[in-house]
Amino acid sequence: MLHEPSTPAGKDPAGPYKIRLGIWMFIAYSLFYASFVAINLLNPLAMAAIVFAGLNLVTVYGFALIIVALIEALVYDWFCRRKEAFYLKAEESKEKGQD
Amino acid sequence: MAIFIFLIFVFFVIGLSLYLGKKTKTSSAYYAAGGKIHWGVNGVAFAGDYLSAASFLGICGMIATVGFDGFLYSIGYLAGWIVALFVVAEPLKKLGKYTFTDALDANYNSRGIKLAAAISTLVVSIFYLIPQMVGAGVLVEPLLGIPHSWGVLMVGAIVITIVATAGMASTTYVQFLKGFLLVIFSSVLVAAVVIRGLSTQPDQGGKVAFYEYSHLSASRSGEQITVNEAGWSVLEQKEIKGGLVFVKLGRDNMETWWSVSESNGAITLDESQSVVVKTDGKWINGAPASSTNHLRQVGNLEKINGESNVETGRLSLFGFLSTLTNKDTMVQTWKTANFVDGAGEKVTVYYPKIVSGDRIMRPGLKFKVEGTWLEKLDFLSLMLALFMGTAALPHILIRYYTVPNPASARKSTIVAIGAIGFFYILTLFMGFGALVNGTVNPADSNMAAPLLARSFSELLFAVISAIAFATVLGTVSGLIVAASGAVAHDLFDRYLKIKMDDHQKVTAGKIAAFVIGGIAILLGILFKGMNVSFLVGLAFAVAASANLPAILMMLFWKKTTARGIAASIVVGIVSSLALIAFSPELYTLYGRNPLDAPIPLNNPGIVSIPLSFITLIVVSLLTVKKKEAIA
Repeated sequence: MLHEPSTPAGKDPAGPYKIRLGIWMFIAYSLFYASFVAINLLNPLAMAAIVFAGLNLVTVYGFALIIVALIEALVYDWFCRRKEAFYLKAEESKEKGQD
Repeated sequence: MAIFIFLIFVFFVIGLSLYLGKKTKTSSAYYAAGGKIHWGVNGVAFAGDYLSAASFLGICGMIATVGFDGFLYSIGYLAGWIVALFVVAEPLKKLGKYTFTDALDANYNSRGIKLAAAISTLVVSIFYLIPQMVGAGVLVEPLLGIPHSWGVLMVGAIVITIVATAGMASTTYVQFLKGFLLVIFSSVLVAAVVIRGLSTQPDQGGKVAFYEYSHLSASRSGEQITVNEAGWSVLEQKEIKGGLVFVKLGRDNMETWWSVSESNGAITLDESQSVVVKTDGKWINGAPASSTNHLRQVGNLEKINGESNVETGRLSLFGFLSTLTNKDTMVQTWKTANFVDGAGEKVTVYYPKIVSGDRIMRPGLKFKVEGTWLEKLDFLSLMLALFMGTAALPHILIRYYTVPNPASARKSTIVAIGAIGFFYILTLFMGFGALVNGTVNPADSNMAAPLLARSFSELLFAVISAIAFATVLGTVSGLIVAASGAVAHDLFDRYLKIKMDDHQKVTAGKIAAFVIGGIAILLGILFKGMNVSFLVGLAFAVAASANLPAILMMLFWKKTTARGIAASIVVGIVSSLALIAFSPELYTLYGRNPLDAPIPLNNPGIVSIPLSFITLIVVSLLTVKKKEAIA
């Protein structure tokens, strides 16, 4: 017998959409992160260039990697919630129709 | 004061555990807090779990000694949460019960996966436990005035109490409390740093007089160095690997070690600090070590925007960083050299090195991004492991089972990203704050942040130390819950199929927690003195190599087989551990020449992660074929 999850997950019609969205957002962030690593390796001196308010590129890029992660996370959650709400509404109207 | 606040905190945590322990009767409550934790609480508890000794002590300490390179850990650790959120969080929550092994095995019911994943959980948890315990000893040493080993023992005992009483429930609330306090008080510390501003003669708010290190002019005749100033004599001259030269100078019956620097033909001797192990004990800076004679804390700016003897007064957050970034700002950093002197005594010299602001504010002092291709590969390997490691840490993954549903798993991850990201931005200010305020212990960088707090007030030091201690307690608790789950649930219950009722399962988990806690104590004592963030970086590499390929391929590649998963876990563990064991950094720990290390990389991820993926793909294709052929 297979092992059951800690709490029943129930049906999640938004699941495939969330997985697709998650993968695309993961790829986008990975490219952003990979660029940071690549610049450090290929042209490390470029990271010393002052780009904003007396701060160099590596500091601004480092902060951006942290802040963009949070922004992407919030955007992802917004889209996921919207999709979940859509299916929930569809489910409810289906149930009403059956009543 | 410090001890008082510290003890209040510890007793509160134990009291909370005992209270929650009364409610922990079932294995679901013990391993997953009943799956009833609110996503907001779980999110902050995630931050508590994740912001371990490595983040608070290790990263700040590394920034305080090698500058921006330390902040790379902050960036990599945070970026790893993207993998957790977008790829792992919800699917894993849907599949698992108590442990990450459950999720991996959900569609296979394979004994091979159960065994391999349980071993992987144990190995990664123990690897991650080492730096936490090292950090505990480091913290307790100055706070309570007890030896490092006693500090490690104390933490071990408290954590075993926490875990054995209430498991995941108490661990979650300890983490929540600690995560919240850590972010708040780190913000207070950063505010204090920028309000104080920068000075070329930092005196810790008038509490500790600024110590100005001397420089002597010298000349060379052949290989022999002589001091140009009267009263000094060169007693010994020592050249070590890398061409570094040190001289032992004598004056007024005092023997001290100085580093030799040469610029445009002029030779200068720079006053250094030294620890010499003699037959009658340790000598520090030419005199026997005592409660009043210990290594001076170091770190200061020699010039601010090209000017000496200045202080800036209050700065903005950006103003603080931009002043440090200026190419005419000069930072006095400290490096370490070890050798045996002419009398056969072990000598450790801490010597100053001036670095310009624009150099220390970009990578390269530790990770040689401008070095050889092998050094570049090492950097790439580290950044890869940090990115891939988070979503493969067992003590992080089990937290997905404490919330009621997949949407809560997602939301709690987002709360974690917010809290952790904010904290990591603060580490840059705390690390550089310690570096420029003369609050770095040259022998152990891990105490930079608490010592920075002490430079403002004893109260802040007490609170920060108590939180740092709770940081260790919380993370160790989480790790021990994960490891005990691997032993009691994955191995005993599911792999060996030992019949246990619910109460016996909880008891087995508690016994496992006790044994693993004991191992952690032992390792914490053995690894004393290593930077905790570096050690955690290695744990990330092991986790990323052993677990992440299995998780990702199980979720997204339909041809993945049970044998493929088990093989990739085993290959990931063995290859990453082997690469670490024969790396230059570990050779240094063994007391051997790091240049003799057969593996030139310190970070194994670039080899072991792809190897684990390839193993999974190859073995899966082979075993799929076999199945088809039989069919």
